Amino acid sequence: MSELPQHSRSAAEASIAKLHARTGMSRLLGWRHLVLRRLSQFGILLLFFGTAHWGWQATKGVPLLTGNLSSSEFLGLIPMADPFAVLQIFFAGHILKTESLIGAALVLGFYALVGGRVFCAWVCPVNAVTDLAGWMRQRLPIPTLFPLNRNMRYFVLATALILSVVSGVAAFEWVSPIGMTHRGIIFGMGMGFLALIAIFLFDLLILKNGWCGHLCPMGAFWSMVGKTAQIRVRFDKDTCTHCGECARVCPEPQVLNLKKLEQTGCVIPGECSNCGRCTDLCPEDSLRFALRPLIHRPAVPKVRATSPE
Amino acid sequence: MSVKNPARRDFLVKAAQGTAVAACGGLLWDYLLRQEVRAHPYALRPPGALAEGDFHAACIKCGQCVNACPYDTLKLAGAGGDMPIGTPYFTPREIPCYLCPDIPCMKACPTGALSPELEDINASRMGLAVIDLENCLSWKGLRCEICHRECPLKGRAIVLEAHPRGISKHAMFFPIVHSDACTGCGICEKACPTTEAAIRILPHKLVQGKIGDHYRLGWTEKSEITQDFKPGAATESGAPLKPGKKAPGVDYLNEGGL
Amino acid sequence: MPVTRREFLKTAVAGATATTMSMPLTRMAEAAVQQLEKGWQWDKSVCRFCGTGCGILVATKGGKIVATKGDPDAPVNRGLNCIKGYFNGKIIYGADRLTQPLLRMTDGKFDKKGKFQPVSWETALDVMEEKMRWALKEKGPAGLSIFGSGQYTIHEGYVAAKLMKAGFRSNNLDPNARHCMASAVVGFMQTFGIDEPQGNYDDIEHTDTAVLWGANMAEMHPILWSRITNRRLTHDKMRVVNLSVYGNMSSDIADTEIIFAPSSDLAIQNYIAREILARNAADWDFVKKHTVFATGPYDIGYGFRPKNADKFASAAEMETYKNEQVRVLDKHEAIAQRRKEGEAVPQANAATPMKDWAISLEDFKKALEPYTLDFVAEVAKGDPDEPMADFKAKLKLLADYYCDRSRKIVSYWTMGFNQHQRGTWVNEQAYMTHLLTGRQCKPGDGAFSLTGQPSACGTAREVGTFAHRLPADMVVMNPKHRGIAEKIWKLPAGTINPQMGSHYVKIMRDLEDGQILFNWTQVNNPWQNTANANHWIKAARDMNNFIVVADAYPSVSAKVADLILPAAMINEKWGAYGNAERRTQVWRQQVLPPGQARADIWMMLELSKRFKLKDVWGAQKIPGLEGGLPDVLPGAVAMGYTPESTLYEVLFATPENKKVRWPDPIAKGHGNHVADLLKDGWFPEKAMFEEYRQFGSGHAHDLAPFDIYHHDKVRGLKWPVVQKNGKWVETPWRNNEQYDPYVQKGMGIDFYGNNGNALVMGDLDKPGNPATKVDISHKAKIYFRPYASPVEKPDANFDLWLCTGRVLEHWHSGTMTRRVSELHRAVPSAVCWINQKDADAKGLKRNDLVWVESRRGKVKVRLETGGRNRVPRGLVYVPWFDEGVLINRVTLDATCPLSKETDFKKCAVKVYKA
Repeated sequence: MSELPQHSRSAAEASIAKLHARTGMSRLLGWRHLVLRRLSQFGILLLFFGTAHWGWQATKGVPLLTGNLSSSEFLGLIPMADPFAVLQIFFAGHILKTESLIGAALVLGFYALVGGRVFCAWVCPVNAVTDLAGWMRQRLPIPTLFPLNRNMRYFVLATALILSVVSGVAAFEWVSPIGMTHRGIIFGMGMGFLALIAIFLFDLLILKNGWCGHLCPMGAFWSMVGKTAQIRVRFDKDTCTHCGECARVCPEPQVLNLKKLEQTGCVIPGECSNCGRCTDLCPEDSLRFALRPLIHRPAVPKVRATSPE
Repeated sequence: MSVKNPARRDFLVKAAQGTAVAACGGLLWDYLLRQEVRAHPYALRPPGALAEGDFHAACIKCGQCVNACPYDTLKLAGAGGDMPIGTPYFTPREIPCYLCPDIPCMKACPTGALSPELEDINASRMGLAVIDLENCLSWKGLRCEICHRECPLKGRAIVLEAHPRGISKHAMFFPIVHSDACTGCGICEKACPTTEAAIRILPHKLVQGKIGDHYRLGWTEKSEITQDFKPGAATESGAPLKPGKKAPGVDYLNEGGL
Repeated sequence: MPVTRREFLKTAVAGATATTMSMPLTRMAEAAVQQLEKGWQWDKSVCRFCGTGCGILVATKGGKIVATKGDPDAPVNRGLNCIKGYFNGKIIYGADRLTQPLLRMTDGKFDKKGKFQPVSWETALDVMEEKMRWALKEKGPAGLSIFGSGQYTIHEGYVAAKLMKAGFRSNNLDPNARHCMASAVVGFMQTFGIDEPQGNYDDIEHTDTAVLWGANMAEMHPILWSRITNRRLTHDKMRVVNLSVYGNMSSDIADTEIIFAPSSDLAIQNYIAREILARNAADWDFVKKHTVFATGPYDIGYGFRPKNADKFASAAEMETYKNEQVRVLDKHEAIAQRRKEGEAVPQANAATPMKDWAISLEDFKKALEPYTLDFVAEVAKGDPDEPMADFKAKLKLLADYYCDRSRKIVSYWTMGFNQHQRGTWVNEQAYMTHLLTGRQCKPGDGAFSLTGQPSACGTAREVGTFAHRLPADMVVMNPKHRGIAEKIWKLPAGTINPQMGSHYVKIMRDLEDGQILFNWTQVNNPWQNTANANHWIKAARDMNNFIVVADAYPSVSAKVADLILPAAMINEKWGAYGNAERRTQVWRQQVLPPGQARADIWMMLELSKRFKLKDVWGAQKIPGLEGGLPDVLPGAVAMGYTPESTLYEVLFATPENKKVRWPDPIAKGHGNHVADLLKDGWFPEKAMFEEYRQFGSGHAHDLAPFDIYHHDKVRGLKWPVVQKNGKWVETPWRNNEQYDPYVQKGMGIDFYGNNGNALVMGDLDKPGNPATKVDISHKAKIYFRPYASPVEKPDANFDLWLCTGRVLEHWHSGTMTRRVSELHRAVPSAVCWINQKDADAKGLKRNDLVWVESRRGKVKVRLETGGRNRVPRGLVYVPWFDEGVLINRVTLDATCPLSKETDFKKCAVKVYKA
């Protein structure tokens, strides 16, 4: 935090102490978003699974949620489709039926509002595995085997689209561990669990947040979509003591660049998955979810920051 | 330039490195894709499926057709199995396609990988029944013919040809599959009483040949002699000889060897 | 209902995007076919290949043939084709199609040793004219020659015959049909006095027995074979016997396979005749009423050069050639000919093999006496590994079939009989067995000579493109016949050369001798199809002569030529073919020939413009013809011609012929590049056909008018085609009162071809008093012909028989079928079939590259011990389609002395590892 000399080390240490001092209910509340995310992830999976295997229906003859994350239909009416998969299929040379285009548009619109990588944190089943690896890694002294630029995922994304054109099939969909896991749970796993183990070991032993934070082209896709997100983590520079706890738990710590945050008033980069870990943890409550239109107004005039309140 | 703008230089180098890594990875990835797509020519697809290559491109692997199938005929291929990953298929000897008239699987398909152009389930071509003549009981002269009787398009997709039998007074009844009617549903394969099915469904391209476009069967369609023939564009005769132009066959004629 | 809501959404979605959606497989295929066939125009045509004469329909679009199909209305094939016929549409589109005249040149001038370079038609015809004038000056009409073809259209053959015989007064025009069915022709002419089979293909559906004598119909006549097979499967009594020197695919259906030794078919037929008499199975009424017994000399040589053979042949070749003068009889031959083993017989009748005389029934019986079962079985058993008892049982069964007169029987043959050192004899023997039992010219009963080429009958035989023939069975040696031809052709008397021309093999020998200086090869491939080819290739390249080859593809013959003319192919011109059952079939021009390629008829007509009567109708010297040819120019002037008249004006574009105008409504829009190029408004093909008809009309060779054949509903007509109640009616069975209008009323059967002929009576050895003649009007001859052993037999050095022939997939020398990639892929090269035991004994195995070597030459070829042919020990079989395995370098140029047809079926070779 050397780039922020105006804050005192003692204030930061006080904040950390405050965090460690949490007990009981407040300590539990410190996990609240994580719990909600798990509920969300497994709940969605359960809806798919129940519809496929136990015939869950909304009303008679109307299945609840058919398909899987690639494409699905909710209540026999609302189509949903993975816009990234649809994009690849389009690149592979197939003109899609309108149903899947509508589905993709719906999903895209939703995530464009709530944050692209909300998918990663709140829906994607691989997230649970990579979170586990990340949590263990925090507690184990494992050095990074080789560093990788986080922008690598955008090259992977570009490669996926180029390969779709070249090979004539949706390139990522044919190797996606997300698809394998999700489909696997609903329709039969096959050897798909090996991909999960590989990702777990990669994240644990080779590179911290290696899959989700560096390689996953789907995450990259949603990052690009997330730039327009209207639900964002708001930053209150006045209360922040620069204790750094947020960055320590954040799977994408580069989004918590405090200097930038001071200018913008909230987390702007699309890589933020709105996982809410930082809001749970921040001892000073400087980071909180808020609607973007509400955040911007007070943060706009930059000059005011130097004038005393 | 690079001295003037180190940030730009740094960006260019990083971009080049990233591209290189992506290209290397892409080659490997592409190889995997092709392995996966090509290594499995035997998959039988749900009704209305596009030609295998188009189908691979179009299927989003969502499994909604599998959900929609009332007979659990359709399965979604898992990873590492012997079917292309994530795509729907069926195994007739286990559960054949029972040819739902409303084609729910096709209707459930969001991408058109199962083409909505298929209006009549009997027009579907999931595969083609192929008979192993050596192990078919009917072709041996036994009165089996189960496939013929069980065929939903009996008399069209599977017909019986009666032939006199040289060694006895009993005629033989040979089941013959007609590809113009066979849907590839696989009910015959399921029903076949031999230990290993003597009739089985295979994808068309694995079993079907093709007559040359230059030939038509004389007795299947009538052709009237054209009464006002229109000769085509003149390609011939009278076209000026281009001197020095290489004539076809002249190299052969001029080489030695006789 | 929720389902309804759901359906609604789906339908709306589907409607919105219907146009962008991919179609399912079935619909796509249907749409593709419909799209593909848009604008196709169909017309009837004929298969380009064998003598069966299958009808096809041809579709064209945009000036290209896009498809063909078997014609379902064609009675020959009823919509079917064999695999060659399947590719009719592709043969004209080979990548190396010749499209420009090519002349051997150095520095822009003709040079015999130069390289081929493209030239204009003008230059090509200039050079041809110059070389023909040179040959005429040096050698007279005898210095010119044409190799014609059984694949000529009728019009082409007629123009070639008229150009040579009436124009250039040369009879050196001989077709490749000489290699194919000349023996059948002589057999017909000697036996019946009129050419071609009396029966037709419908015999198959009427008969109880099909006996194949050296005809592998399963491969060589696949469509007829499917009819025979069908008869076998649907008619309980039907039996099929396959006689051959090796096991072939026809044996797969045959009830009995008889593998006989080369040439022993002569003995087997005499055994059958002997049995017919011994069992009193003859139809004596028929024999007495319709036949006369006859025979001829045995000492007739083998068709080699009569003298001076050693001037050209090696010492090794002379071992065989010396038999032309004196033959030392082997044991079997001695018994069969009632002589002593080892007797040296001078071949006194080598120059007069056609001599024949009548004999008595007693003499006929006496002649057959030696042909007992024991003797014939010993001579004829062709498979050394077959037990003698089995072989005898088969021969006896065969005799049973011929003796059982309640059984209808057809004998079929093709090259096994015709390509035979005694080809005419063995043909005549076939009629012998049928005439003895009264089973000829009746539905389901008859000896039926199949032909190999599509118009061997229609053109080579009927038009008469042979060295001795004129149209309608007439011959140049007969003054009466010449008179008829001169009248129809409007020639002054004495124009036609009375001396028989050089037959096919003799043209080759004359080129080697330097007797013939100019050759024009049309629609065939002589330097691949002629036996002992090394001699002829050398003669073509080394002698001072000029060889013009008109062909569609660069063939072996093109390669040895001096000038190559690019020829139009079948559907690129108007044409007509006549098949083996006398059926004349026609087609229109469908597409234009590529580039500068043109129909052979155009080449001949164009060339005829360059010669004037004064060039050719003056007095001419002919070697061997005393006094030579007379000067007929005064006669010509008297007829209204001038010495300056061109052959084109006198022979072809006559005032009469020019009345036949082009365009003609019968074309229905089809073009005619020949008429268009000639630019003088006549329709040459139609005019020539109508003129040609005059020869046969009223002489039992009647043809219908040109337009009748082109009628939409007509699928060829079997001649004689005579008008009855305003309709043109064909003749299904000739010489049979029920069907043939030429039969004298009340005769039942009438062999009217011999009307007016007489034979001297004689004994078995010689004719008797020339004054004691027997009238043979209305009668056929039953010949006694003895067994004669092959002139060259395997010995210690050359230890194997070599038999050659065709394969189903390739037509003749492969110039067309080898351009079809699918056929080439299926059978890319010739192989040498050998018996496994022979291979083992020689330390050879399948796929080994071996030399097949004879006294004349050798070729390299791969060995085959399995597959379609099962050769017996002691014989190898090599097909001749492959120019890379030019097997005719190895074969022997022995011919039937009567028919001059080469025996490609037997000579002695050795096989050893290459």
